[in-house]
This record gives sequence, structure tokens and C-alpha cells, in this order.
Amino acid sequence: MTFRQFWHRLGSPKWFYQMSGPWQSAFAILAVLLLVTGMAWGLAFAPPDYQQGNSFRIIYVHVPAAILAQSVYVALGAAGVLLLVWRMKMAQLVLENLVGFGAWMTALALFSGAVWGKPTWGTWWVFDGRTTSTLVLLFLYFGLYALRRAIPAREAAGRACALLAVVGVINIPVIKYSVEWWTTLHQGATFKLTEAPAMPASMWAPLLVNVVGAYCLFAANLVAKLRTAILRQERGAAWVREWAAGEGRP
Amino acid sequence: MMFEDWQAFIAMGGHGLYVWMAYSAAVALLIANLTGLGVERCRTRRHLQAQLRSRTEEGLDASEAP
Repeated sequence: MTFRQFWHRLGSPKWFYQMSGPWQSAFAILAVLLLVTGMAWGLAFAPPDYQQGNSFRIIYVHVPAAILAQSVYVALGAAGVLLLVWRMKMAQLVLENLVGFGAWMTALALFSGAVWGKPTWGTWWVFDGRTTSTLVLLFLYFGLYALRRAIPAREAAGRACALLAVVGVINIPVIKYSVEWWTTLHQGATFKLTEAPAMPASMWAPLLVNVVGAYCLFAANLVAKLRTAILRQERGAAWVREWAAGEGRP
Repeated sequence: MMFEDWQAFIAMGGHGLYVWMAYSAAVALLIANLTGLGVERCRTRRHLQAQLRSRTEEGLDASEAP
């Protein structure tokens, strides 16, 4: 199968539904295994930080949540482009169904950040570059949620949300570079593509496990939510009725 | 294991409150998220099956497209 064929089929809800059954459970199982391993490792086996002591262990929750918060938004922006330019059916489903997951991840990133900030900075919250731009990200998710519900016509709502998602992507580099552009309490990036991490392997290895686990959770959510949405959208189609008439296996 | 005993593990060198708040939020969210996916799926299946039954009762052929 060429890439072109694969791309065209990915745009077909029926093909996606029939292919993705095993993906969903594989990603969910992998996510649970990796996240449980990473969290146990980070909590009990990683060494404490020489300055922050044990509060540093919050990094294993905070960084994966923050990475997902931004990655989900970028995915929404990409889906927005696909919907606006190519009117791809599946892109609309992505836009409609991933907002909640992204918002929860952003909330977890903000919450774990506040809880880490208290013992480390001496405050739960400061309005500096990184925290404010992440709060804006949360509001962008709320905006997408509200906009979808404010417009009754589904197609028009899809286009409006696509536009907001695409424009909102401008906030992602702001979040990323906020720790370099402005004076801030927030520490710099832990992982960089161009440099080896400044931490020892015993500290970053569990973080890497959790980041990979977080992406598996993202994939599991994407596949599971798309599958349910496809069933609802295509409920009139013969293949969905056959599925419902049969044992209705997941 | 970086801790001498369970008490030290819970206390986290005085940072226990913060560390455990962050981790319990993460675990609660993970459990809620994965169960939510399963619940949503079952609900959709029941909904579709109910819709199919009501169609059959109305005497519509199941293979007929709406």
C-alpha cells in the first residue's frame, strides 16, 4: 500500500473503524504499563534532586502532562487545516472529540505545576510567561468546547472550531520559548533534541518512560474516541447496523 | 529504593503533601479517562442497538438505508 492510498483510506471512517480495533487496546495497555512503571520508578527509585529534594519527583507527572497538553492542541490545529483545506471527514471527528482530553491534560499540567511551585518557588502561582501561556492554552480548549456548542449546524461549527484551533497554534511556540524570552521562575526544558539532558540517566529514564506512555495514552484516546464517533456518525450505514445487530464486539 | 522505610516514602522528606497530590491527581485522571472511554463505547453500542430494535419493530428492513 502506498502512502497515498493509506492517506486516502485514513479519510474513510469505515476503513479506519475496521482497521483500528487492535490499535485501541494495544495503545491503552501500553499506556498503562509504561505510566505505572514510570511513576513507580520516579517515585521510589529515581534519586532525589540535590536542591529540590523529593518535590522534584513531580516532574514525572508534570512534564508528560504538559507535553500532551501542547501535542493535543497541535493535533487539533493539524485537524483544523485538514478540515479547512481538504474537508476531511475524519478531521472533523478529531476536532469534535479530542478537546476534552487536551483540556484535562492542561489542567493536570497546571495543577501539578502549582503543587510543585509551592515547595520550590514558595508560591502556588505566578503570572509569568510559561504559566500564563499555559493558562491561555486551557482557555483555548474551553473556547473550542464552547464554540462547538454555540453553533447548532455541525458543519459550520466544525469550520469555526477548525479556524480557532489553527489560529491558536500560535500559542504553542509562545509556551515553548516563554522560558527563554522572559525572566521567569520556571526552569528550562528537560529534554532538547540537540543536546544530551543535563540530568543523570537515573533521573531522565523514568521521565522518558512516562513521556512515551503519555503519547500512548494520547493514541489510545484518539483511536477510541474516533471509533465511538464513527459509530454514531455512520449509524445509518449497513455495516454499523450489522455490527449492532451482531454481538456488537468492541 | 531510595527510601529506608514506608514512612520515609510517604513523608518524601517533608514534601509528601505536594508529591502525593500531584501523583493522585494523575492516577485519578488516568483511571477516569480509561473508564470513560469504555463507558462511552458501551453507551454508544446500547444506543445503536436500541435504535435498531425500534426500527425492526416499525417493520423496516434492517438492510434498508434511511
